[in-house]
Amino acid sequence: MTNVAIIGTGHSRFGSRTDVNLQELAWEAVKQALEEANVEQKDIKYFSVGNVGTWSAEPLPAVVIGEYCNLVPSGTMRVEAACASGSAALRDAYMAVKSGEVDIAMAVGVEQMHQSPNPTVVEMIGRAGNYFWEFENFGLTFPGYYALYATAYMNKYGMREEDLGKIAIKAHHYGSLNPYAHFQKEITMEEYLKSRQVAWPLKLLDSSPITDGSAAVVLASEEVAMKYTDSPVWIEAQGVGSGTANLSRRTDFTSIDAARVAADQAYKRANIDRDSPSKMIDVADVHDCFTIAEVIAYEDLKFAKRGEGVILAREDQTYVGGKIPVNVDGGLKAKGHPIGATGVSMAVSLTRQLLYRAPNKAMQAEIRNGRALAHNVGGTGHYAYVTLFSTRRPGL
Amino acid sequence: MISDVREAKQREIKEALKQLDSLTKMTGLPIYPEPKTGNPLWSDVRELDLRYQIPVKRIYKFFEKMTEGKVMATKCPKCGQVFFPPQDDCPSCRISNLDWVEIQGEGEVITYTVISVKPPSFSHYSDYVVGIASFKGTSVTAWIDGPKDKLRVGAKVRLEVERREEEGYITYKLVLV
Repeated sequence: MTNVAIIGTGHSRFGSRTDVNLQELAWEAVKQALEEANVEQKDIKYFSVGNVGTWSAEPLPAVVIGEYCNLVPSGTMRVEAACASGSAALRDAYMAVKSGEVDIAMAVGVEQMHQSPNPTVVEMIGRAGNYFWEFENFGLTFPGYYALYATAYMNKYGMREEDLGKIAIKAHHYGSLNPYAHFQKEITMEEYLKSRQVAWPLKLLDSSPITDGSAAVVLASEEVAMKYTDSPVWIEAQGVGSGTANLSRRTDFTSIDAARVAADQAYKRANIDRDSPSKMIDVADVHDCFTIAEVIAYEDLKFAKRGEGVILAREDQTYVGGKIPVNVDGGLKAKGHPIGATGVSMAVSLTRQLLYRAPNKAMQAEIRNGRALAHNVGGTGHYAYVTLFSTRRPGL
Repeated sequence: MISDVREAKQREIKEALKQLDSLTKMTGLPIYPEPKTGNPLWSDVRELDLRYQIPVKRIYKFFEKMTEGKVMATKCPKCGQVFFPPQDDCPSCRISNLDWVEIQGEGEVITYTVISVKPPSFSHYSDYVVGIASFKGTSVTAWIDGPKDKLRVGAKVRLEVERREEEGYITYKLVLV
């Protein structure tokens, strides 16, 4: 097994991208990643495509994108792990390199949700729990699933509406600094509190938007990485977990089991102190599809004890300069959540953070350990991927 | 009523297709500018009506018993695990043809939400409460009905079978005690 490095990153502008089609959108990120890595398409021996689709027309997006980006005849597939499809695509390409099968691979994440009207998208995402027992009869929506977490968490730990508001305000603050973000404007607590209910206790401003976007990374084996770059960012470790499809088959609605499993694996593999991992990590991107998900992520990742994630938010400890900067690219909430692109977007944001290349100085975390963490959850806790990125070559 | 939703949907589709046809007739292309940005969008001319047929043979008893007013779970005769939603295979013991047991008595609300922004296929309902309640360790997700002032985590509920007027089919709900 070889070490695997990210040697090039690409990221499109996120938002309502009706100015391009799916493959054109993917090309924006692919082109940038190829140029950054200084590789030719023929050097990419395998590529994976994270895309959930159904709201967009192409049912077989991997090959459509491969054809448009001139990546054929290399092997490929579309990878689906719901909202964690991007991390799943990263994992697939990472495994192809790590196993020694190929030297260079690419992970692409792309989603174009605006090919369907918003109500259709609401209908489709609502079906992404357990179709028959949750959607067909009871009309759950995606905010609804996370609202079930929020209610349980508020009830158990006394979290207030304003606590979630602080998460939303932080996301919009960093979104306003990020040229790639869907939402580029700050919000106030007053605006947050007044925003309309979507699924009580969650409001519109607790929710990530319906977004189009793409991201790509070029991965290389240790043997060839140094030929292309002096500043590789290594995938130090990755953990994966899964949960039940039915929320009712879970026992606890203040934590996501799959994420804890994935974090535990990643920490173990990278020898991270599981009592205080945040001391060994400089910056993190966590899956804040809704504000409550960020609070739960703090705890599942052990940045805070159970029930105390909300204190990190209250004390502004997850801003740049705080105990552990989280989602300083705007997160899913403000950067946007183009489902299949999100996991790859996290990898791009964090690689650039580790190399002091954040697109805006005010978003740049201080890098002391040379390590960043991505936490990407699919569905309502169906899938979870936790990935550690490091400027230090694993094993050194 | 679901029939109103379906009719409204058909009217909406008809109107959109009419506009599309007249646009295509005029310009020779099914392309229209997005109202906000003016970006030209090709409007799909092919239809796809998605309506799945989901096999229920293995758990048909669940639906049969529901018509008698009972909500059933399955139980593995070997390890005793209770399954809800019901399933006819116990993956731990690797046996099939599980026992059927009724979910009875009072349950306790674990969590709930009020859905305000609804999927289009639920647009004929006013805001509805979805909750998860535990019946001695077996959890059930369903709509919660009853006096709103009683609604909280820990509230007691019973399972009830009802014919939902809007669609006319029989399903179950949680009712605050």
